[in-house]
Amino acid sequence: MSDATVLMTAQMMHRALARIAHEIAERNEESRQVILAGVPRGGVLLARRLAKLLEGIWHHPVPAGTLDVSMHRDDLDQQIAPMVHQTELPGDINGRTVVLVDDVLCSGRTARAALDAIHDFGRPRRIQFAVLIDRGHRELPIKPDFVGKNVPTSRHERVDVRFSEEHGEDAVRLKRTQPL
Amino acid sequence: MSWNRKHLLDIESLSPAEIVTVLDTARAFKAVGERAIKKVPALRGKTVVNLFIEPSTRTRISFELAALRLTADVINFTAEASSLKKGESLKDTARNLEALNADIIIIRHSATGAPHFLSRFLRGSVINAGDGAHEHPTQALLDTFTIREHKGKVEGLNVTILGDILYSRVARSNIQALLKLGARVTLCGPSTLVPRVFEEMGCRVTYDVDAAIADADVINLLRIQHERQRKTMFPSIGEYTSLFGLSKARFARTRPDVLIMHPGPINRGVEINSEVADCDRSVVLEQVTNGLAVRMAVLFLVNGGKGPQEIAQ
Repeated sequence: MSDATVLMTAQMMHRALARIAHEIAERNEESRQVILAGVPRGGVLLARRLAKLLEGIWHHPVPAGTLDVSMHRDDLDQQIAPMVHQTELPGDINGRTVVLVDDVLCSGRTARAALDAIHDFGRPRRIQFAVLIDRGHRELPIKPDFVGKNVPTSRHERVDVRFSEEHGEDAVRLKRTQPL
Repeated sequence: MSWNRKHLLDIESLSPAEIVTVLDTARAFKAVGERAIKKVPALRGKTVVNLFIEPSTRTRISFELAALRLTADVINFTAEASSLKKGESLKDTARNLEALNADIIIIRHSATGAPHFLSRFLRGSVINAGDGAHEHPTQALLDTFTIREHKGKVEGLNVTILGDILYSRVARSNIQALLKLGARVTLCGPSTLVPRVFEEMGCRVTYDVDAAIADADVINLLRIQHERQRKTMFPSIGEYTSLFGLSKARFARTRPDVLIMHPGPINRGVEINSEVADCDRSVVLEQVTNGLAVRMAVLFLVNGGKGPQEIAQ
């Protein structure tokens, strides 16, 4: 843990999510059309938290689900087969606004896979993209609509997002994976 | 998550964690089959060859559809219409298929070890779809998947396999998978088809069908493999049915939550009473559906390369 830098404390994470929730609310006047889709695993937990925050703003239930992207990845034969999760989208996405949620945005390849995966379930009116951390290094023309924090990183670093639901704490840390 | 294999040759060499990985992966693929769009691009651009040297309809169709649902291109190669009839060796046939840039070869062969043989010189992945009386790994995986889906677990369950064990690759693969996952396995059938030697694998062997099914959570019925028997192993079909067939009377004495399974094809009125085969405890058709999901999972997993385990952010 000594070579890890804290990027976000629990309090900073909560503030960033609250701000993202308000930005989503501001962008979407038709609040009942919004459906959140989290990318496993971190994005699923974030989507649930954002749904809770949005319910506080909109005063009605906000659906949040899971979107598996592993079957749509473009690097399947270059690495060991990834863990697949079951996609569970609460309700029909046709004509709705889908807010895609992920914890860390880097190359944009996961987001590209997610865009393809969503279209297997219907044709949304629009798709918006929310991320907690944007660490740069984009390899595709993909830009998030809502960002918790922009973090310039080196490729030899890893962004580790921890959630109280899974790890007993809320925190974002930057870890070095290779010596400088 | 634990899978680092290029081939699926048998259950014997898999760890319990690897079996569980296939079953967990299959659950997600089963959901794909329930969507309006039942296709994902996981194997886009890959070529899958069904090399079926021994006749098969259901397993070949299941593998073919599994590959198609993963967006692979599929070639079916059957013994009847093949160059093997013209004297080509299996090795040459396989190398010719590889020269067509096949990425995954699914083989069924009457000879034990044929998939292992291919895996030693082919660059692509090899999946065993049944080799002689040795193993039929995807059948065992789909059977354990079905058991787990209904019972929530496999560990601690009493599973009875009833019928022709000696000539059954389904039995051998199932025994391996069930024991690895912690089930208690009972084998039952005519003594000529259920030799005591299976006790060495850790199974209970009995020739008393009532004892075998009384406390069973799962009864897996196997067809008599007439085509594999070199001599008559029991006096008559009628005698087999009366001594070992799952009649309505015997079914009435099983546990109320028993699961009745059969890998197919069913011989109604021989190993199973027709009404029992269609009753609400029978999951025979679910096994077919689950077979597709399990084969999609296996194709997906063996397609994984040898790169880093970590998925990029």
